[in-house]
Amino acid sequence: MFLKKVMVAGAMSALLGTAAYAGGHAMCGPDGASVRILGSDFPAIQAVAGAAEANCSGSAGEFTINLRDDTRDMMNQALTPNPAEYTSVIVANSTLTQLMNDDLVRPLNDLVDKYGANLKPHQLITIDGNVMAIAFMANSQHLFTRTDILAQAGVEGTPSSVEEMVAAAEKIRAAGIMEYPIAMNMKVGWNVGEIFNLFYFANGGELFKPGTAEPAVNSAAGVAALNSIKSLLEYTHPDHLSHASNETQALWEAGQAAMAIMWGSRGGAVLDDEGSTADVTENTLLSMAPTANGGSTPAATLWWDGVTIAKNVPDADAEASFAALVSGLNADLMKEHNDKAIWLIDGFQPGPAAAGVSATANAGAKPYPMIPFVNLMHNALGSELVDFYKGTESAEDALADVEAAYVTAAKEAGFLN
Amino acid sequence: MKHRTFFWFILPTLSAMILFIALPIVSVFIQSLFVEHEQVLVVSESCGPFGCNQTTSIDAEATAALREEKPLGRFNGLSTYFDRSHLASAEVAEIWRESTGLASFVNGLMDLKFYRALIFTLTYTFTVTPAVLILGLAIAVGVNNLPRAFRGVAIFISLLPFLVATVVGSMILSWMLDGEGIIGATLQNIFNDPSLTIKSSTPLMWIALIVYGIWHTLPFSFITFYAGLQTVSKDTLEAAQIDGANKWQSMIHVVVPHLMPLVSFVTLMLLMDNFRVFEPIVSFNAEAHAQSLSIFIWSDLREAGNPLYASAGATSILTIIGVAILLTPVLIRTWRDFNAKSH
Repeated sequence: MFLKKVMVAGAMSALLGTAAYAGGHAMCGPDGASVRILGSDFPAIQAVAGAAEANCSGSAGEFTINLRDDTRDMMNQALTPNPAEYTSVIVANSTLTQLMNDDLVRPLNDLVDKYGANLKPHQLITIDGNVMAIAFMANSQHLFTRTDILAQAGVEGTPSSVEEMVAAAEKIRAAGIMEYPIAMNMKVGWNVGEIFNLFYFANGGELFKPGTAEPAVNSAAGVAALNSIKSLLEYTHPDHLSHASNETQALWEAGQAAMAIMWGSRGGAVLDDEGSTADVTENTLLSMAPTANGGSTPAATLWWDGVTIAKNVPDADAEASFAALVSGLNADLMKEHNDKAIWLIDGFQPGPAAAGVSATANAGAKPYPMIPFVNLMHNALGSELVDFYKGTESAEDALADVEAAYVTAAKEAGFLN
Repeated sequence: MKHRTFFWFILPTLSAMILFIALPIVSVFIQSLFVEHEQVLVVSESCGPFGCNQTTSIDAEATAALREEKPLGRFNGLSTYFDRSHLASAEVAEIWRESTGLASFVNGLMDLKFYRALIFTLTYTFTVTPAVLILGLAIAVGVNNLPRAFRGVAIFISLLPFLVATVVGSMILSWMLDGEGIIGATLQNIFNDPSLTIKSSTPLMWIALIVYGIWHTLPFSFITFYAGLQTVSKDTLEAAQIDGANKWQSMIHVVVPHLMPLVSFVTLMLLMDNFRVFEPIVSFNAEAHAQSLSIFIWSDLREAGNPLYASAGATSILTIIGVAILLTPVLIRTWRDFNAKSH
């Protein structure tokens, strides 16, 4: 349903969009302006920034693209001075919050009216009536399975819940095929926090007491989430606390895991013919993230990546940057880069690499919360739950530590008194 | 030297030290006394690809006005130093009240990140420092006794660990120790235990970090002692030999006392460096098992969007205090030697 909605909306806006392309070339905004783009370095963003450059670098006075790792650690500093270092930053849910916390991005309503003819309504990230970002791709965690290994172990169908994953893992282990059939990103820090979010939301939990910055993780749902995770960790590589996306992808491509909870954005790289053998790629199935404890919400968080425009730059530069980036978000981009992401853009044909994210979104997974203090909670989870996973602390004690650590940080940041 | 001459002589160094060391420390201390203003929050509807819901966001204008008024934030005094992320006075008092003995008290402390980091940092400092001193001296004496033709090569090889950037060196070792790496996999084979991995065991991880620390800093003490050995008086050594001292005795009674000022110097440097252990923990992905005060400063400042300046500042000042406490015995000793010589 999720992708169907995207496609129907896309077809409609494609009809409307043709009018904006008078003369068949992209509209690039004021001539001679400066366009300076900052973003994370992965194929989908390379494609978007590349299309903007191809369309509009001719008419811009200056056109630079800086794609790098860990942009979230420097984007606030880069946008704080006036004029800012970059005119546009490509962000995700959590990083938009981070920029908005310091009031560094501008509302885009008038620019959308002027240049946004090929955008679809659900691409507009709207907060209190202001369009703050233009989303172009979706992402979420979901299940990767090796159909051949499951069949060999006598597992029928694709596991769709934690309990089924554990049962399947036990069969694989009992059959002597693999000692550690499950892989997931459990690296201490951000990943440990994120895995908790997945299973906490799947168990119906809320991170904060509604309408406040008070923590609410030390609850029955929190304990249930930790127990779900622990039951899976019985079957993961003992080094799991040092495994992030690159390590789990490597385990998968080396054929050393049969079920994994990994990012949808890794799907393309896993399924392509690089870095792995045909045995692995041909038998890899991408499907919905598992549910837990009889619930119906998949253990995943939905993410988008999108374009923002800096507040502290001249209006002409802002307009040219928006026009350039938006000019590339169309069917032409899809023709060339269809399999690089789960695009929200008009003309996208969902392939096998998109199946997992699409199924997860359709089943009602929760979006990653856009709350100003969610980073602080995420960090507290990432560091304080480790004792539980190492087996030196009970679930309740670990969750109490999370709340205490979060409250300490939130008080210092001014969110709690 | 006249006081006046001395003053002009020291002025450039002194002003550079005030500008680049003293003032930043004062600034860090001041920042550690303030916390962020109370954030003004508004609840509004937000929409996107996954539907609409109620979200909280920061009222940017109101927050900016507060910041304009008091740019440093709210004065918090020394409270940050005693909160749960630092000295945790309230938590420690409670653990003390509830503990049944020393073991349960230490166990409770290990739950507080500051003390957990401190215990690792001190263990690291007090194993790496003496090991590097003794091994460095041993290698220096060894190299010094080699035939002249081999010395150049031996010195070069001994210096190699120092030439490799810390991050690169520890990354390489970390890959070798991985369950899939050459050392990790060999260990599993020898003990025939596939669940034996360095990265999942706290004691093994501590040992790996300590071994790396020794390997990496050894060349520093080696080259310093080697330089010192070139200045040992041949006459004194000969006199010791004539008096019937064997090699070991002349080592202990002639060479080591001669090198004592260098030992103090190397100890000072090592204590300072080891107390701030940082890169190996990051490269080894060891945060689950070992943390240090420097790691906390780093993660507080990286806290994207909500950097915790007060917390990072307080940790920095506590680190400086920690280093000062560690250095005091060595400094007192040096001061005494200096006084003894000048009289």
